[in-house]
Amino acid sequence: MNAVWTIAKKELQSYFDSLIAYILLVLFLGFSGFFTWLFGSDIFLVGQASLQSFFSIAYWTLFFFTPALTMRLLAEEKKTGTIELLLTKAVTDRQVVLGKFLSALVLVMIALFFTFPYVITLSKIGNLDAGEILCGYGGLVLMSAAYISVGLYASSITNNQIVAFLLSLSIGLFFHIIFEVLASNFTGFLAQLFTTLSLSNHFESMSRGVVDSRDIIYFGSVIFLGLFLSELSLTKRNLN
Amino acid sequence: MNIQIENLTKQYGYQKAVDNISFEVKPGEVLGFLGPNGAGKSTTMKMITGYLSIGEGDVRLGGKSVRDHSDDLKKHIGYLPENNPLYLDMPVIDYLEFCAALQGMTKSNIGKRVREMVSVCGLNAEKHKKIGELSKGYRQRVGLAQAMIHDPEILVLDEPTTGLDPNQIVEIRKLIRELGKAKTVVLSTHILPEVEATCDRILIINKGKIVADGTAENLRKQATGQEIIKVRIEDAGADEILHELRRMKSVDLVELVDKNLNRFEVQSASGQSSKREIFNLCVQKNWMLSELIPIETRLEDIFRNLTMK
Repeated sequence: MNAVWTIAKKELQSYFDSLIAYILLVLFLGFSGFFTWLFGSDIFLVGQASLQSFFSIAYWTLFFFTPALTMRLLAEEKKTGTIELLLTKAVTDRQVVLGKFLSALVLVMIALFFTFPYVITLSKIGNLDAGEILCGYGGLVLMSAAYISVGLYASSITNNQIVAFLLSLSIGLFFHIIFEVLASNFTGFLAQLFTTLSLSNHFESMSRGVVDSRDIIYFGSVIFLGLFLSELSLTKRNLN
Repeated sequence: MNIQIENLTKQYGYQKAVDNISFEVKPGEVLGFLGPNGAGKSTTMKMITGYLSIGEGDVRLGGKSVRDHSDDLKKHIGYLPENNPLYLDMPVIDYLEFCAALQGMTKSNIGKRVREMVSVCGLNAEKHKKIGELSKGYRQRVGLAQAMIHDPEILVLDEPTTGLDPNQIVEIRKLIRELGKAKTVVLSTHILPEVEATCDRILIINKGKIVADGTAENLRKQATGQEIIKVRIEDAGADEILHELRRMKSVDLVELVDKNLNRFEVQSASGQSSKREIFNLCVQKNWMLSELIPIETRLEDIFRNLTMK
């Protein structure tokens, strides 16, 4: 566990050293602030003391930002060869994968933490449903975790950061929207399957304040699968 | 901790990178791993350090197999990979602290040990710079510092002196020699004088197979077999001297190298030395023996002989 945290800390440090963290924080808060408070179906237009509009904006902004966070995590190390240095230290492949995963997740959580003033503001305007807010944030964290693990996998199979970015975005697109579209085009078992696979369904029910064990299991499995495959493709260096 | 390598084999596709090699390195020994590019040096080192899995055979460190105990054994190994990859955007001190923490050192030890390595490797003036700003030689020192940071019992160094200037090379060699007194060191190189200067034992590998194993002197003896000396004799004609030399019992072959200067190359019969007989000849004939130089086979020649086949 110690090694996982050491790696995560180092990655976080390099996010902030390389300005990636600041750029993403500013963009994320700018976008979500603009669309939550000022533009489109913002809070004032909806006229409810609910963060629903923020959650649906963050649903998209985080979708685009997580691949940008994860693309370099393993691809860069593989390209520069530092992966060899890292893996010959007293750490396992799994600890490396978990550490990298944790670093991106912590950064996303920092970004979400800075939207906390929204909650305070809203609580002054009207009656907030604390459970709904908590579930919504939980949904965003789980969704980001799922995309981070997908992005980590994309980063683990290539040496090229751009390829990793595009790959994780296109895998993510399936979960984000394509499965849902497919589900509406089929009936019966296939429709059922695609509905289950679609991340947006699971996220929506969470952001409405409903915690279903199926949603938790769904996010848990996507995260687990992404991390498992990332570890596998690190271990696969032996086969080349 | 010793290193035992038993019938180690590693295959990439159809190509055998390492082909059934076995050797042992004991604590207090510095083993030089020599071989042309692509001979399998790095692959072997990667298997020792647990980066690559073992194909066939086994690597044992202190009696424990790397196959089963890879994760426990890693903290006893200090490794400097080929081309010395480093995180270029990290400051030297942060990087060393990161490496120490990964090796499982406690927080109180890390600071002390990092300061120690910084001074041992001569990084004091550069310690707050980012690694990317350092010259190649200083980067190499950082690479060595991270390998030794946790005071490992085994050091595996893949071409440790590339990119260093001659002064630094001498310092690093001295450092390796000193470390080698207590630790088990394996280093690879293709700089031949370096092996002679730092290593107790030399292992030459070619196309995945061990072609020579022994000390530098041993290898020389094996390679030469027959003594070769350069002789220059004055006060007589070349032909006469040539004739007399050829008549000697202990001489196998004589070659006239330079007719004007009366220089000859004499190869003694195997197992014998012709020096005394040549000297006696000169005394008897009242010639002046102005040069008598034994030719040592250079390590380069041995290396070329063994690896060009």
